[in-house]
Amino acid sequence: MTRKLKEILIRRIFFLFACVSILILGLIVTFLFREGIPIFRVVSVKEFLLGSEWYPTFDPPAFGIWPLIVGSFIVTSFSTLIAVPLGVLSAVYISEIAPRPVKEIAKPVIELLAGLPSVVLGFFGMVVLAPWLQDTFDLPTGLNIVNASLMLALMAIPTISSIAEDALYAVPREFKEASYALGATKSETILKVIVPSALSGISTAVILGMARAIGETMVVLMVAGGAAAIPESLFDSVRPMPASIAAEMGEAPFRSDHYHALFATGIVLFLLTLAFNLIADYVSHKFRETGSGTL
Amino acid sequence: MEDNRVIKTKDVNFFYGKFRALTDISMDFEKHRVTALIGPSGCGKSTLLRLLNRMNDLIDGTHVEGEVLFEGKNIYAPDVDPVEVRRRIGMVFQKPNPFPKSIFDNITYGPKLAGLGDRIELEALVEQSLRQAVLWDEVKDILGQSAMMLSGGQQQRLCIARALAMKPDVLLMDEPTSALDPISTAKIEELIQDLKKDYTIIIVTHNMQQAARISDMTGFFYLGKLIEYSATEKIFTRPDIKQTEDYITGRFG
Ligand SMILES: Nc1ncnc2c1ncn2[C@@H]1O[C@H](COP(=O)(O)OP(=O)(O)OP(=O)(O)O)[C@@H](O)[C@H]1O
Ligand SMILES: [Mg+2]
Repeated sequence: MTRKLKEILIRRIFFLFACVSILILGLIVTFLFREGIPIFRVVSVKEFLLGSEWYPTFDPPAFGIWPLIVGSFIVTSFSTLIAVPLGVLSAVYISEIAPRPVKEIAKPVIELLAGLPSVVLGFFGMVVLAPWLQDTFDLPTGLNIVNASLMLALMAIPTISSIAEDALYAVPREFKEASYALGATKSETILKVIVPSALSGISTAVILGMARAIGETMVVLMVAGGAAAIPESLFDSVRPMPASIAAEMGEAPFRSDHYHALFATGIVLFLLTLAFNLIADYVSHKFRETGSGTL
Repeated sequence: MEDNRVIKTKDVNFFYGKFRALTDISMDFEKHRVTALIGPSGCGKSTLLRLLNRMNDLIDGTHVEGEVLFEGKNIYAPDVDPVEVRRRIGMVFQKPNPFPKSIFDNITYGPKLAGLGDRIELEALVEQSLRQAVLWDEVKDILGQSAMMLSGGQQQRLCIARALAMKPDVLLMDEPTSALDPISTAKIEELIQDLKKDYTIIIVTHNMQQAARISDMTGFFYLGKLIEYSATEKIFTRPDIKQTEDYITGRFG
């Protein structure tokens, strides 16, 4: 009887905690929307999203976040381009190729990268990479897309690598044995059996890595340069959405149009990250159900 | 006569780290015969089987002493490529292990790696292998479907077809029917009888009736040693050694 009571009590407590966290999240999202929506009394949704001028403090102000979206999009995709091959290859190396001593060093080192505070990476980008870029390519500033993408890639690599590694580890040993028994070499086995079998996990890793990059604030605030204009080359400065919010929130008067516009930018960012997570979820489920299907 | 013995092991000892899993195994396997390996769990049957196509190489910290001669050549000689060995000595595992690929791609996996690229030849090979494994009629219309959709018995026959597609000389089978129902088991036993014409088959089994039904030669193992090895009929009717008799009659501890 008491055992049953205890069981019920424990279940209730867990339920309560789960409710609290969901409730808090819900409140934050509600707050985000409540503070963001009013900007659409000033500009239309279309003007806001696609307007190419972001002059929130001018008179009259312009609230077009297209350059910010483009900025976010470019640094995210460029950093993905860098981080995916590096992250996936290092995962393959660590899980399948590296001899044990190397594995035991490489794995924690990569995970350590994940723990590096982003402000430190930002610092590095500002103090080391930026001057080098500026001198080497003779640029007006080293704080630009290339710099931000490289730093974001450094942040995304550990995410991608460790999730992809888990996916690779999960490939059944039987598949590998079957492959070797049919006269495949190690590299053939990796390329044709192990990686394809882990593809859904690897895709999830990539998408979560991208989600990480698009939401990252400190790095882009410090090294992307901050120009709210549509870039023409990879060496131009940009102002990705998180950087814009972080930089301007302090100076935007409470409940002014500028303030609402920044919250609305937050909504856009939130929806994008949500979409990334939903896609990741979908990808990992879809392949799981069909047992990796006919990949 | 020398010719008839495709595989010969000479005083083979095998170690997992410091643990000696096989002791002084000397055994000849004859061409176009079915040889059964029997013995209690953990006696080293799988270890011996995996030794014959160098699958044990994949396990860290193992080593082999002695010689395993395949067509007169030691497959553990330093100049031998294990990939080459495995192409000629195929293997079917205890648990069906098709790749998460289509039925067609499962069968063409090995041949493609070995350099066969012609689509028509591949299609012919797929049909031939599936027919040999008595699976063709069941899957001929769904070759593009994932092999994971097949039943366990079908998957195991697919794995046999996949091994046959390599046209190996020897087929190693590690308890190929232990996960299957009686009907699939009967089909696979029949298949083994057929395959004997063209292949040398070495099979591990825990099923005494199965060993008696399908094999020509039987080797009984105990604690990593080959206790008795002779014609199946002799092993099952008048074995020389008491331990063998006890095991076969189920009086074994
Ligand atoms: N990977 C391994 N590492 C260490 N020891 C192993 C390994 N595989 C097998 N062994 C040991 O080697 C011995 C023989 O194992 P093996 O798998 O060959 O037995 P078996 O005769 O096939 O048994 P079963 O009938 O249960 O399949 C056992 O004592 C086992 O514990
Ligand atoms: Mg075994």
